[in-house]
Amino acid sequence: MLKVVVVGNGMVGHHYVEQLVASDVEAQITVIGGETRPAYDRVHLSEFFAGRSPEDLALTTRDHYRELGVEAHFGDMVASIDRDTKTLTTESGKQFAYDKLVLATGSYPFVPPVKGNDLEPCTVYRTIDDLGTIQAQATGGKIGVVVGGGLLGLECANAVKNLGLETHVVEFAPGLMGVQLDGGGSAMLRRKIEALGVTVHTSKATKVIEPDAEGEARLRMQFADGSSLATDMIVFSAGIRPYDQLAKDCGLTVGERGGIEIDYHCKTSDSDIFAIGECALFGGRIYGLVAPGYRMAEAAVSQLTNEVVPFQGADMSTKLKLLGVDVGSIGDAHGKEAGSVAYTFSDERIDVYKRLIVSADGKKLLGAVLVGDCSDYDTLLQYFLNGIALPADPQTLILPYNAGAAPALGAAALPATATICSCHNVSKGDIVNAMDAGFCSLAEVKSETAASSGCGGCAALLKSVVDDELASRGLEVNKAMCEHFNLTRQEMFHIVKVESIKSFEELISKHGSGRGCDICKPTAGSILASLWNDYVLEEKHVGLQDTNDTFLANMQKNGTYSVVPRIAGGEITPDKLITIGQVAKKYNLYTKITGGQRIDLFGARVQHLPGIWEELIAAGFETGHAYGKALRTVKSCVGSTWCRYGVQDSVAMALYIENRYKGLRSPHKLKSAVSGCTRECAEAQSKDFGVIATENGWNLFVGGNGGMKPRHADLFATDLDDETLIKYIDRFLMFYVRTADRLQRTSVWMGTLEGGLDYLKQVVIEDSLGIAGELEEQMESIVGSYQCEWKTTVEDPEKLKRFRQFVNSKAEDREIIFVEERGQPRPATDAERKQLLAESA
Amino acid sequence: MSTDVLVAESQPINLCMQGDLIPNSGICAELDGEQIALFYLPNESPQLYALGNWDPIGKANILSRGMVGDLDGRLVVASPMYKQHFDLLTGECLEEAEISVPVFPVSLFGDHVMLCL
Repeated sequence: MLKVVVVGNGMVGHHYVEQLVASDVEAQITVIGGETRPAYDRVHLSEFFAGRSPEDLALTTRDHYRELGVEAHFGDMVASIDRDTKTLTTESGKQFAYDKLVLATGSYPFVPPVKGNDLEPCTVYRTIDDLGTIQAQATGGKIGVVVGGGLLGLECANAVKNLGLETHVVEFAPGLMGVQLDGGGSAMLRRKIEALGVTVHTSKATKVIEPDAEGEARLRMQFADGSSLATDMIVFSAGIRPYDQLAKDCGLTVGERGGIEIDYHCKTSDSDIFAIGECALFGGRIYGLVAPGYRMAEAAVSQLTNEVVPFQGADMSTKLKLLGVDVGSIGDAHGKEAGSVAYTFSDERIDVYKRLIVSADGKKLLGAVLVGDCSDYDTLLQYFLNGIALPADPQTLILPYNAGAAPALGAAALPATATICSCHNVSKGDIVNAMDAGFCSLAEVKSETAASSGCGGCAALLKSVVDDELASRGLEVNKAMCEHFNLTRQEMFHIVKVESIKSFEELISKHGSGRGCDICKPTAGSILASLWNDYVLEEKHVGLQDTNDTFLANMQKNGTYSVVPRIAGGEITPDKLITIGQVAKKYNLYTKITGGQRIDLFGARVQHLPGIWEELIAAGFETGHAYGKALRTVKSCVGSTWCRYGVQDSVAMALYIENRYKGLRSPHKLKSAVSGCTRECAEAQSKDFGVIATENGWNLFVGGNGGMKPRHADLFATDLDDETLIKYIDRFLMFYVRTADRLQRTSVWMGTLEGGLDYLKQVVIEDSLGIAGELEEQMESIVGSYQCEWKTTVEDPEKLKRFRQFVNSKAEDREIIFVEERGQPRPATDAERKQLLAESA
Repeated sequence: MSTDVLVAESQPINLCMQGDLIPNSGICAELDGEQIALFYLPNESPQLYALGNWDPIGKANILSRGMVGDLDGRLVVASPMYKQHFDLLTGECLEEAEISVPVFPVSLFGDHVMLCL
């Protein structure tokens, strides 16, 4: 049998073994891995400090290799290769004979040759063992420095940050991720990363590392520009170097700056020896990403079969989350091609940067840079990889939606060769074939083709391809809300209304199956509240509410809640301000002014919520419904009462609107604002419905929102009197409540209405459906049955039982721990909490 | 502490009364500093389920405040923090197979909710 020896058991070496086992080649496979562990997922290494164990990261196990009949040796390095006798010897003295040898030795971290780089605690970031070292060195330290601002360096910074250290990134070059990003993208990435509390130092050449004489920390880095930085530990992650010593020693051709030279077949200068992954040099280039490494492994395996697949270089486009920041880079990010044209969009309010590089004739996409928002990545990558002709105005591909952007490239427009999943190299054609073979559901397609089972970045694209194929085959696209109801929210709303259904139990027994889940239950709860407005904590509804609705407060990351009393229109008396201050002091709450002109009180323990509210209610406050999918706030400017420019009393109108619709349960949260003149200080055009005063009355705007995808509202009607304004808002809101899908904001909902804004005007203004009276009536009944849920709760001892931390003791949750910051409490980080708990124990 | 320990000579400990339970929802009890989330599903058999209250993913004592339901026929509670589902019978996390929370044997004895260690 053919003896194949694979040296190196990283991700690429392991992929080679898997591919070879899956092929029909009869081979006796031996694996020699330098690390003590079988292959693991190095791409997600930094998640180790976010709680993933080595087992979570493992790609295989010793047992699994045994089952496959693969002989595996770990923790042993190959010392030499004898090409004449075709044998190799390991450091522990073992000898292996081979017919075909595969070098997948990978790379090692480059440590800049700086004096003091070998001091304790300096280390590198490459293996799970390195992580152990980093963790040990971080213990007792406060500051950590990562040398290197590339992809790996920033991954590593994430790891250091997760350890709770004050994190610095020191980069020699002028910008972060210089390989993948242009100057603008790099600057935006820096802004975002610094906003996360990581300090970035660029253009910093480290001269020497020495013990910190000033005693501030363990070490001090002296830079060439005369500045210095104290740190308790240093991790080098400034690039990689191919492990090619073995190849050099046995006389294989290696590149001038390292890397084992290979041809299209991944063969080295010895045709019985292959090199794949980061140790290999192809076309003068090292491919430092996992996907090209996999392609090399597949090409090398194919050499042993009858179906030869050459390696032809690989696309280095990449999309990833670094420190939680979305970063994408496609093709020629730097616009190096002669005559290329660039389009740049940058929005510093929301920290988004996008750049397109387009060919001189404007027809082809050559490259792209995305920072802060990668939602266009899939579409752009398809344009790039498949050479699809660009629209006449390519800039529309990166402009925000409401500026008239081109719609995302539909799945139907993609050619069969288009790569959908680059991790597993699945094309649209592969997906269509799988569906032809009868694997029609998304789950079936996934398990049949392995698409979207790697990084998962193509999940949305895969779904749209499958949906599009289903639709084109005349099959029904499954719009079911969840496994319990084969209904959309709109259909459920109609059923509940028409059949006068009053409880979830009745609904699921008549129209669903099973017991329900956290998708359908709150949807049903919201519909029941929209239609019948029962107290949300009635026993039959309790199980339908998620925790925020159950406890009438918003859960925060340590399990405590935030409390937001209603401050209608942002108007508040000094006495009420004092009450809020007193309550916050008494219960040790963190206070912050919200964007909706209210005051948010954070850090309330569940057992304190009723006490807090008793005091707030006594001072005249009501619940602010910040916890509900409901009307939140109606923001206002000060209006004609005080302002020299105001033309109407915007505060009075805001108060009226907020008090009218407060508590209205809806498919998603609702926000509003009223401005007293066209200067628009209340920002009404960014709200679900906004009102702007004119000389003659009010202009109504609908369908705006802030958030992730901001959208300006559309002008709906002009110069309305008070009564007509309220009538239109009643109809608009109730029509939305009735027909929108679950978690659909008004803007998206309007987009789904056939005929859009004009249709909505017909329904609301002209009453084209003949339902206006009904909508108004329904709103009137909800307005009439309003109750402050907190008032109802604090008056009912039975309901208050729900707010006990423990049903059987008065103890507090000792794992809720606060520390002080800027004179206020904040939740302890995971590391602080553990330490404080250990100290108290 | 696992269900395996439930043997004839166990000594049930009173946690609370049946009236403290909330149908189709959860509450939290404490025993020697350990937090136990109790779920009462009157239409199921058994009617009572107990998990550790600590959410290992959300890192807070909150599972008792999650919504209960079923997925693929398994009774589950959804963490109110990041919405992962935990099997009420086994404590396994449905989204992350390696993660699980402890399960406690509980039962109703008359009006008393007892932990049977």
